[in-house]
Amino acid sequence: MSEKFDAIIVGAGPAGSAAAYSLAKMGFNVLMVERGKYPGAKNVMGGRMYAYALNRLIPDFWKEAPVERCVTREKLTLLSEKSSVTLDFQDNELLEPPNSFTILRAKFDQWFANKAVEAGATLIPNIRVDDLLWKDKRVVGIVAGTDKLEANVVIAADGAVSLMAEKAGLKKFLAKEFAIGMKEIIEFSGKTIEDRFNLASEEGAAQLFIGQCTKQIPGGAFIYTNKTSLSLGIVVYINQLIESKVEAYELMREFNSNPAIAKLIAGGKIVEYSAHVIPESSRTGLFTDGLLVVGDAAGLLVNSGITLMGMDMAIASGMAAAEAVKIAIGKNDFLKKSLSYYEYLLKNDFVLADMHTFKRSPKFLQNTRLYSLYPELACKLFHRLALVKGPKKRLFDEFLEETKGKKIQIIRDLIKGLRSL
Amino acid sequence: MNISIEDQLGLISFEVDKEKHIKVETSICRQCVDKPCLRFCPSKRFTLEKGEIVHNYEGCLECGSCKFACPKGAVDFSYPRGGYGVYYKYG
Ligand SMILES: Cc1cc2nc3c(=O)[nH]c(=O)nc-3n(C[C@H](O)[C@H](O)[C@H](O)COP(=O)(O)OP(=O)(O)OC[C@H]3O[C@@H](n4cnc5c(N)ncnc54)[C@H](O)[C@@H]3O)c2cc1C
Repeated sequence: MSEKFDAIIVGAGPAGSAAAYSLAKMGFNVLMVERGKYPGAKNVMGGRMYAYALNRLIPDFWKEAPVERCVTREKLTLLSEKSSVTLDFQDNELLEPPNSFTILRAKFDQWFANKAVEAGATLIPNIRVDDLLWKDKRVVGIVAGTDKLEANVVIAADGAVSLMAEKAGLKKFLAKEFAIGMKEIIEFSGKTIEDRFNLASEEGAAQLFIGQCTKQIPGGAFIYTNKTSLSLGIVVYINQLIESKVEAYELMREFNSNPAIAKLIAGGKIVEYSAHVIPESSRTGLFTDGLLVVGDAAGLLVNSGITLMGMDMAIASGMAAAEAVKIAIGKNDFLKKSLSYYEYLLKNDFVLADMHTFKRSPKFLQNTRLYSLYPELACKLFHRLALVKGPKKRLFDEFLEETKGKKIQIIRDLIKGLRSL
Repeated sequence: MNISIEDQLGLISFEVDKEKHIKVETSICRQCVDKPCLRFCPSKRFTLEKGEIVHNYEGCLECGSCKFACPKGAVDFSYPRGGYGVYYKYG
């Protein structure tokens, strides 16, 4: 292959496929290189994608994409050792138009990459990109084994641990900016899932857990319902995991055995275990001469506690990168200044706007009281309310008693929370 | 459900390469008291054998954590060669 490409994209995750699909539709000559046996082979997520971003690129994509269930039920569970308090939100307006879908990445990423191929992009799986190709201090292509391939622009879509962004000098990796996620897929019949989560067929639930499940380590656990399986997992900040002296895999095992969870997964069969890091607050330089960085590789992800927006950010940033490449090709200028149009597009779209809105949330979410004091408090309060052993007190008096000596801290956290999330 | 990490890894498909993709400079590990790699790796690929840290790259899920979570910088991280390593069926 000695031809020169308009763009070479490293990685066929959602960010890469969104860029490849957009550029191919514009008629450009695009190559997407993926190290996995197939797109999605290496990719892990909790399981829910908000629909709006992909809907802008491929309207009504859910009619053809391998989506699992449309989420209509959102649950938040505060867990203590022996009890739990759950907030259960049910809303059929989340169905029409669909707000979010549970997905399984091995299937979804293959579909999405294939859409890019149908639009005219070239996909090469089974190839690891080893390095960027440089000429006169600008990126002019990629190196894979003994092959050197040239392009006007390279788009690094290589995910959270972006070795491309690191090689370009745009990224440093710090443990405190990442979380680690572990996940299991547990198989059931569709009917069992619908019964246990109180769902109509095709409809899905997203349940988040905070508290005892992470042993006070900042983070949380999740269950997403797929068609015939549950995605169940745990996410914790890595530096606090290390400080806590707790073993990562132990958290996964114990979560499964928590009485509240054990009931939900009883009788199911584990068919897969997986793990991946999440760039919770790991921002990367977005471009340099001849290179754009998109999706997780650029740290474009928002965790606002209840919602984790990674897929939609990846897709929107891939689309913005394609737009910036189109303009750069028009000017035949691939240097920084020209490519900075990418950042301008992100600022004017939701991507950098949302990152800015939630800029305080990573710090707030590392407050350990969120995972110990508050879930404990909620469970104790409801315990007091539920238990009848004699004369009852008013709710407010129970609250005052349970929060003795902690009220100022609680009010402070509340204010910080309202400003962050 | 109380299943061991070995049983979990047995559920996953791998194309095992002859080449190691992660190299650990164990002389550095000797000076590390805490040895957090024994805890943070979600597939428990780091073990202690006769007082020495050993990393087994087979069964690595390529999650990326050891790239930056080793506090001593003893881990030389890269991805397996194209086509090798884990391949998830669900993901
Ligand atoms: C446990 C967990 C739960 C999550 N839950 C959610 C959720 O519910 N909702 C949500 O929106 N987001 C969630 N996320 C985040 C989401 O998964 C990411 O934001 C998203 O995958 C980012 O897409 P991407 O295309 O940027 O990167 P990735 O999906 O990581 O894709 C990168 C691709 O590049 C390839 N690659 C890497 N290096 C090379 C190389 N050198 N050569 C060739 N190919 C290479 C990889 O194999 C991969 O296919 C979760 C993440 C985790 C880990």
